[in-house]
Amino acid sequence: MPDLTIGILGAGKVGTVLSRLLVAAGYRVLISGSGPASKIALTIEVLAPGAVATTSDVVARDSDVVILALPLGKYRSIPRELLESKLVLDAMNYWWEIDGHRADLNDPRVSTSELVQEFLGASRVVKAYNHMGYHDLDEGPQPTGTPGRKAIGIAGDDPSDLATVAEIVDATGFDPVVVGTLHDSISLEPGSELFGANVGAEAVRAAVERFPATERGLEVASARDVAA
Amino acid sequence: MSFELGLNSFGDVPTDNGRVVSDAETVRLLIEEAQLAERVGIDVFSIGEHYREGFVDSAGAVLLAGIASATKTIKLGTAVTVLSTNDPVRLYNEFSTLDAISNGRAQMVLGRASQTQSFPLFGYDLADYEELFEEKLELFMKLQRESPVTWSGTVRAPLVEQTLHPRMQPGGIPTWIGVGGSPNSVIRAARYGLPLMLAIIGGQPERFAGHVDLYLRALEQFGMPVQPVGQHALGLVAETDDEAADLWWESWKPMVEMMGKERGFYPPTRERYDLELASGALFVGSPETVAQKIVRMTKELHISRFDLKYDLIGLPVSARARTIELLGTEVAPRVREILAKESTDA
Repeated sequence: MPDLTIGILGAGKVGTVLSRLLVAAGYRVLISGSGPASKIALTIEVLAPGAVATTSDVVARDSDVVILALPLGKYRSIPRELLESKLVLDAMNYWWEIDGHRADLNDPRVSTSELVQEFLGASRVVKAYNHMGYHDLDEGPQPTGTPGRKAIGIAGDDPSDLATVAEIVDATGFDPVVVGTLHDSISLEPGSELFGANVGAEAVRAAVERFPATERGLEVASARDVAA
Repeated sequence: MSFELGLNSFGDVPTDNGRVVSDAETVRLLIEEAQLAERVGIDVFSIGEHYREGFVDSAGAVLLAGIASATKTIKLGTAVTVLSTNDPVRLYNEFSTLDAISNGRAQMVLGRASQTQSFPLFGYDLADYEELFEEKLELFMKLQRESPVTWSGTVRAPLVEQTLHPRMQPGGIPTWIGVGGSPNSVIRAARYGLPLMLAIIGGQPERFAGHVDLYLRALEQFGMPVQPVGQHALGLVAETDDEAADLWWESWKPMVEMMGKERGFYPPTRERYDLELASGALFVGSPETVAQKIVRMTKELHISRFDLKYDLIGLPVSARARTIELLGTEVAPRVREILAKESTDA
């Protein structure tokens, strides 16, 4: 499995932490920022040694799996033609302080990963690595089976894609927990109990079960009922 | 090794015997606290910049001018100036005036802001967050380092052969770049050859060691001389660890609940808080505990300056005063004692 080349679009806080974890797991890692490779070369050399700093086009073209770790508000800048038919992990969140206030990104009827899937059309999107803070991601990895190991909730529509993502999550030091479909991934977004959660698999599963009865869960359900 | 200890205030409104202190009283309290800080030997007193209920630090330069007139030696800075939504020309004028009033004691930390109320308030688009900072930093440093200045960009009217008055000292005032973890911001500080202030408000502070390494490597790559690294953290000092932990938690819990509600994450538990005290970013404890933690940071992060944000909405006035006193009279000498001993041992 570590034969995979994993690409990361975004060389900020989350992107650099993820590339460290993936390199440690034995994957070949390509990473890009918003500009030329030279702009992030030193950052990657120091913060994520072993990953290759390159351009977004090369990341998209040469990777088997691509992780989105850029500000969500910029998702339309993703080179989607180069991602056709590829597995894409969406680690992005609507963060109004970065993205500005955007009604389109804050609609309880759709998850933001569904918007990303819609834009990427021919790619297969799975939500992963979005709900845990980057400090916790950095500090959390543990070998499989370690008591108290932290968990990452993942969501997607295709069982075999979810299996691939689960393997990657496990290899990077976390227990994968499938929380549902891409539509359900709203339970991993800001405003939901799981957002910011740094807990084990049992606690993630319990929070997923509780979600429909929470204030946010009820708000989402009612918006979706009206829409249906 | 010279080591600077500073205090940061965001102008958090305190309580006094259970009563919520008024905004105006809080403003006057800050002046008294800065005087106290000077008396107990704190090196720098710095004010943040926020625009929301519970904080009275919206006019930093005015506050600092008041403090300047009430003190003699303590350095006067900003814990963060939100450069993105300020006009660099106006800032230059305010801080060159502050530097004149205080006889050379003015300094600043510039940042992009983690709280963003100033954007709608002053008519800026949050989507321009990055561009605003980049352009304004260019202009602001030009104003500090050159004269006359000719500049044009997209974020304000162009300047042609302008010289501002009162003049700052040649080269300007000490100007730090505050960063919250973005590698790009670290590189930017190095590009301008400006000292780096790490705002570490969550997680294990040691995790920023990579950022310090990145900063030093980038300075070298840009051909800039080595610059100091500082750390901004939140905390409280009391006689014992338990007393400090309980006192801070009382005001910390509602604060984090409020922030969590706005940002869409759930509040932390006491369990997580205790962990944060033990190994995380909060500097809450007895003088010895806080001193040891600061010393650890000088090793892990090579900091030569540590700023403690000592105020927190709802925290009693008496607890704030005690933090300032203990930081100056016990923590600072202890930190310097350990560092001096280690440098002779080495």
